[in-house]
Amino acid sequence: MNIVVCMKETPSTTAEKSFTADMRLERRKEDAIPNPFDEYAIEEGLRQQEKNPGSTVTMLCMGPATATDTIRKALAMGGDRGVLVTDPALAGSDAISTARVLAAALTKIGYDLVIFGNAAADAYGGVVPSAVAEFLGKPLLSYASQLGIAGDKATIQRQAEIGYNVVEAPLPALVSVVKSINEPRYPSMKGIMASKKKPLDTFSLADLGLDAATVGGAAAREKALGAEKVSTQRKGEIYVGNDGAADRVVAFLVEQKVL
Amino acid sequence: MVDTAPERATRHAAHGAVAMPSATDLYNIDSLLTDDERMVRDTVKKFVAGQVLPIIGEHFEAGTFPRELIPAIAELGLLGMHLEGYGCAGLNAVCYGLACQELEFGDSGLRSFVSVQGSLAMFPIYAYGSEEQKQHWLPKMAAGEVIGCFGLTEPDAGSNPSGMQTTARKDGDTYILNGTKMWITNGGFADIAVVWAKAEDGIRGFIVERGTPGFTTSDVHHKLSLRASVTSELHFADCRVPAANMLPNVRGLRGPLSCLDEARYGIAWGVNGAARACYESALDYSKTRVQFDRPIGGFQLTQRKLADIATELIKAQLLALQLGRLKDQGLAHPVQVSVAKRNNCRQALNTAREARSILGANGITLEYPISRHMNNLESVFTYEGTDDIHTLIIGQAITGLNAFA
Repeated sequence: MNIVVCMKETPSTTAEKSFTADMRLERRKEDAIPNPFDEYAIEEGLRQQEKNPGSTVTMLCMGPATATDTIRKALAMGGDRGVLVTDPALAGSDAISTARVLAAALTKIGYDLVIFGNAAADAYGGVVPSAVAEFLGKPLLSYASQLGIAGDKATIQRQAEIGYNVVEAPLPALVSVVKSINEPRYPSMKGIMASKKKPLDTFSLADLGLDAATVGGAAAREKALGAEKVSTQRKGEIYVGNDGAADRVVAFLVEQKVL
Repeated sequence: MVDTAPERATRHAAHGAVAMPSATDLYNIDSLLTDDERMVRDTVKKFVAGQVLPIIGEHFEAGTFPRELIPAIAELGLLGMHLEGYGCAGLNAVCYGLACQELEFGDSGLRSFVSVQGSLAMFPIYAYGSEEQKQHWLPKMAAGEVIGCFGLTEPDAGSNPSGMQTTARKDGDTYILNGTKMWITNGGFADIAVVWAKAEDGIRGFIVERGTPGFTTSDVHHKLSLRASVTSELHFADCRVPAANMLPNVRGLRGPLSCLDEARYGIAWGVNGAARACYESALDYSKTRVQFDRPIGGFQLTQRKLADIATELIKAQLLALQLGRLKDQGLAHPVQVSVAKRNNCRQALNTAREARSILGANGITLEYPISRHMNNLESVFTYEGTDDIHTLIIGQAITGLNAFA
């Protein structure tokens, strides 16, 4: 089985964020990490490979040229090869452009099972998996908290308000996973050494046969208008003195269902 | 390269534009590391934050070593990570140092476990063992299936290992060991001990398996330091070991001393992790603890302490890093290891004490990592060559005069 994990390079969640004048996130190489949600997709890809002998895992990423380091981080966890789609014309791509590019790359490299994290920690759009499925005309099993492959069929569990839904689709299929699906492994020391020797191909837009006018900032139909820091100041209530303070604390705890 | 005045002027103009470096990497030492090195560091850091910090205080208090972590440590590939082949990852010395640093950010006892396994038990087999010994032991030790310890120090032979009294008498195709080894990390649960003993032809190393008749261990209790680590005595009473268990390729004190050099190297890095843990804890505390209506970090006396701690940490990290770079080029001299071990242990201990004083009474509890590190560092300051002994090694190297005896 040809497994492809789509992963994004995002700034570390603790990194200080800044934006360009046209509201693009300034990406600094030293802050770059694999999107934390994608770690679950990577882990799931590796687990499916272990369960389905003979499978290969490819890490596919669209990003700046330096994103090869981020792909290597994923390859240190495991997998066989990396593919980076990078092109100066891609800067400023919106979710639909990104999906267009990923779909073209998937078509070029081939796939039976494509796994995504369900969103990226920088923009939280969460539409790329479904858009890629649309471009490819393939089924998407979204928000999977469990994934099983039997024969040429993929089956997932999707958490619902009461219990869960079981959804299946024929392969080739796309799956987006939620955090409860697994516990991502740490890259091992040997994995880090091995990652350097794994093949990592770089594709440009021309390699994928895409017209630069259909992607990047020029083609973006989404436009970020502003970004503001979320205030993290917590508002506490302080009860002072003997005048019923204990009763109010107890009432609060009862209200919170602590007592 | 001589720069021109306009270039200098440009740099001066840019001066104000340089972003404030982070408080925990004030000298941008991060930029001196390769991507691989950063990846190793970040991986171990994440492991320590996720698996070690939540449980280490309880182990320290209970006086137990977190053996439940051994499979995960092995899975990460940290055991013998700087050795090549035989199931080991073959990373460079800087990577090994960074792993030690992050492990000791967790606890010196945990780093000691990894140091002993990799540098003191696996290294002598790797460097001086026969091919059969290497094939037999190293893959299992890298996988954490066989734990090793290192028997050199004795009750009456500490700083002067040449005064050892443990003997190995040849008898046919066996050696008969007699003697006691003391202060042996991992001793109580190790599956094998690499033991140094005086044979007819000088000091030799032996691999002794647990269960060998005449070989027993007993743990040291009532320790106030390295509580999350097992420290033991090894007893040998007419313990018969096959001659094939002797390490064939080294004779004399050079054998154990070269192992100590490896371990000291890891310590020089490791203690920077403990120091950083104390620094981060004190820095955080100083910004949130309010006295006299303002954070205590705003007082000059506290800032003096924090500035000293931050500066000493930078110096210690640079010492360790340069030592690692020399080691990776095969150019590190033992005296350089002594400089780094001595300085970095001293500074880590000073840092722990200063940091503790910033936290006031809170600093003495296990709620914060500082006193735990401070107590641990008293051992680290002493083991693998005391501060005094490293002073004399450096003194001898720079004067050419031996002050040992």
